[in-house]
Amino acid sequence: MSRDEAYNFAYLDENTKRMIRRALLKAVAIPGHQVPFGAREMPLPYGWGTGGIQVTAAVLGPRDVLKVIDQGADDTTNAVSIRRFFHRVAGVETTTRTSEATVIQTRHRIPEARLTEAQIIVYQVPMPEPLFRLEPRLAETKRMHALADYGLMHVKLYEDIAKHGHIATSYSYPVMVDGRYLMSPSPIPAFDNPKMHRMPALQLFGAGREKRIYAVPPYTDVRSLDFEDHPFRPHRAKAHCALCASCTSYLDEVVTDDRGGRMFVCSDTDYCETRQAEQQKVAAA
Amino acid sequence: MAYVAVKGGERAIGNAHAWLAETRRGDTDVPELDVAQVAQQLGLAVDRVMAEGSCYDRDLAALAIKQARGDLIEAAFLLRAYRTTLPRFGYAAPLDTGAMRIRRRVSATYKDLPGGQVLGPTFDYTHRLLDFTLAAAGEPPAPAPEVEAEDAEAPRVTELLARENLMRRDEASEVEPADLTRQPLSFPAARPTRLQNLARGDEGFLLGLGYSTQRGYGNSHPFVGEIRHGSVTVCFTPPELGFEIEIGEIDVTECQMVNQFHGSRSEPPQFTRGYGLVLGQGERKAMSMALVDRALQAGELGEDRTAPAQDEEFVLMHSDNVEATGFVEHLKLPHYVDFQSELEVVRLMRATAAEPEKAEP
Amino acid sequence: MSAPLLEAEGLRLRFGAVVALDSVAIDVHPGEVVAIVGESGSGKSTLLRVLAGQMRPDAGQVTYRAPDGTPHPVHDMGEAALRRLMRTDWGFVHQHARDGLRMGVSAGGNVGERLMAVGARHYGNIRGEAAEWLRRVEIDPARIDHLPRTFSGGMQQRLQIARTLVTRPRLVFMDEPTGGLDVSVQARLLDLIRALVADLGIAVLLVTHDIAAARLLAHRIMVMRHGQVVEHGLTDRVLDDPQHPYTQLLVSSVLAA
Repeated sequence: MSRDEAYNFAYLDENTKRMIRRALLKAVAIPGHQVPFGAREMPLPYGWGTGGIQVTAAVLGPRDVLKVIDQGADDTTNAVSIRRFFHRVAGVETTTRTSEATVIQTRHRIPEARLTEAQIIVYQVPMPEPLFRLEPRLAETKRMHALADYGLMHVKLYEDIAKHGHIATSYSYPVMVDGRYLMSPSPIPAFDNPKMHRMPALQLFGAGREKRIYAVPPYTDVRSLDFEDHPFRPHRAKAHCALCASCTSYLDEVVTDDRGGRMFVCSDTDYCETRQAEQQKVAAA
Repeated sequence: MAYVAVKGGERAIGNAHAWLAETRRGDTDVPELDVAQVAQQLGLAVDRVMAEGSCYDRDLAALAIKQARGDLIEAAFLLRAYRTTLPRFGYAAPLDTGAMRIRRRVSATYKDLPGGQVLGPTFDYTHRLLDFTLAAAGEPPAPAPEVEAEDAEAPRVTELLARENLMRRDEASEVEPADLTRQPLSFPAARPTRLQNLARGDEGFLLGLGYSTQRGYGNSHPFVGEIRHGSVTVCFTPPELGFEIEIGEIDVTECQMVNQFHGSRSEPPQFTRGYGLVLGQGERKAMSMALVDRALQAGELGEDRTAPAQDEEFVLMHSDNVEATGFVEHLKLPHYVDFQSELEVVRLMRATAAEPEKAEP
Repeated sequence: MSAPLLEAEGLRLRFGAVVALDSVAIDVHPGEVVAIVGESGSGKSTLLRVLAGQMRPDAGQVTYRAPDGTPHPVHDMGEAALRRLMRTDWGFVHQHARDGLRMGVSAGGNVGERLMAVGARHYGNIRGEAAEWLRRVEIDPARIDHLPRTFSGGMQQRLQIARTLVTRPRLVFMDEPTGGLDVSVQARLLDLIRALVADLGIAVLLVTHDIAAARLLAHRIMVMRHGQVVEHGLTDRVLDDPQHPYTQLLVSSVLAA
């Protein structure tokens, strides 16, 4: 497919891509550490994936196969919009199949299928600072990271349990990367956190508005914060998918009427469709 | 099935944008708005979009306003997104606003001064009565009377004070200022960085902050030393030439606020200043910027930082309307995965609360 | 006596024309309570901040001896090491409890923070220890989940002490710990501090303008005036037989009051 020749490959000019790649290399070298970068103004609004798009643009090559998901689905409007953007400015092949993609840009989910060493997953990050609700000042959080002074985060979890009996954080659940840096996993559900631990794929995080990049190299330890007697527990709806019957995938709740009717379906549309196709094959055989 | 509703995003987007285009055009019996009309007759809207879009091009700004259906923040965003794709040749020499071809110049601190007071094209002293003759397309207004321009130079008021040592001089510095469009903000931010941020900042945000300093949130006692608006020459040294050339002229508005004096037993008291400069004619913005610039100097001047306008991180991180609008409006994007995880945790906690004997210690 | 825990010599500091510290030397031994007394402006609070590494002197050195005997120059340690020290071996009790507490965090969370900062990761144990410490500072453990802002001034100060002592630091800096409290509340707090410090064998550097507080708590006293130590010695000796005219004035003004 042909790309729009009015723009450089993948929209950004080569110098900008080089600048972002330098930030990415630094991020990979210091897993979980937020690297400031000169984020550019993109033709999409801040908060809608400008960081992820810049990271994707910087790592994308002409032979890459791109998948874009939002809320786990390839067909949500913002995912469609971003996929169309790269289709136009990079002309790369796009796919909805997790297994076929070499670069996956995501907002709020990690695919259910285990990613491989041949893949890069790029997270869109609205707030890169895991401590921002406890300490809004960047100058202070920077100091806390430098000194690995994370007692405050544990106090927050302690308070959750004291107040609610449980850790009340259900998404953007903070993680320790390689035993050193506290990191926001982006607003993925806590259910997805365990997938980050020792993931074979390279994980890159881009925050455009906040102008930060961070990374988790393949096979790096990523631990969700918890207490020994209140271990981290990922939550999912206690139901199975109405379409593919999966009882392990993360589910979306769909309200079907105003009398309490609801159904649950997989949030990962590719996972769900793959399972349905296999089931049909088995049924036909 | 309900689930299907979230599918078909591709077609939905296409249809929505077609509808947008149709709505933008409106009733086709009404003649289409010409970009030149916007540029000529909605000049202050164009100025605001150029300032907040930080790109000086009247025609592009007018086009952006037309495309954005008059939504000025959206227009500034369009202009910024375009600007970021342009090649950069380098940085212009600092503007000499002292040599401005003045169209308006007022000082509230001196009754008369070299160069005089020039009211210029201003809303000041108009009675805010709707002019219904404008509703009926009529004759153009009679040309404004012309008077002989005063040839005298119009030195900046703050310069007059500085010559008497009554105002702290902003020393010229050879240090290359940071470029906010290339380097991320970090704190503490140097004054040139702060001024860049404020110059691109949202007029409404700065207006509110500036106003708050007058109402006691930040201990400000400002006088308008001077506001001037007019054209200044832009000079640039192309590397291949190696000497400075004039590359054009732009309109700017500059405001210098004279603020409460500052001194100690060892340092004689001097007035302090707040500075505002915006592209185009943007007096309200330039004045607000000057108030906020002064408030942000609290730390350097050894004053307590207690008010929002004095809080550098608070002001600079929230002044950019393109950033702010993106993040506020992103809340309308789907968040159902996160909401689902919240639902599950709330349900779990409610179950725990209902059965306290089973609850964990 | 064993080697001093904290040792300083030749400390000098000026603020413009004002001499805040002039050739000050001090040492504190393990388990010892040393009071620094003087009027406001005498330099005693500045001295405390210099000794705690929060302020750098113009000249002189402060040395802290780690549990393994290694001496560390406090002002060369770097911020990271100093912060670590401040949440492990050291503690700081502020005059105003709100400077030393997190007012938006429950009493249990306030006490637990130091435990978590040194690696405690068992919620039940942290909570148990927090409850035990609330009891020790005479706060009803049933209030473990209450916010400090619902506490009286005296309770807030006791909570701050619990939060500081929970990790059993070796050295605690106290800056006018009874400063803002009613006289009746002061007496109770001083008794509590005395009992806890003796029980845990903690060394304390206490800054106070209250001679009575110094008499009750301190083994040794240093009297400061205009940035200089004008007299120092065992508490009873200094207060019962003051040598320097300024000390005599201080002691007599208390007696007269």
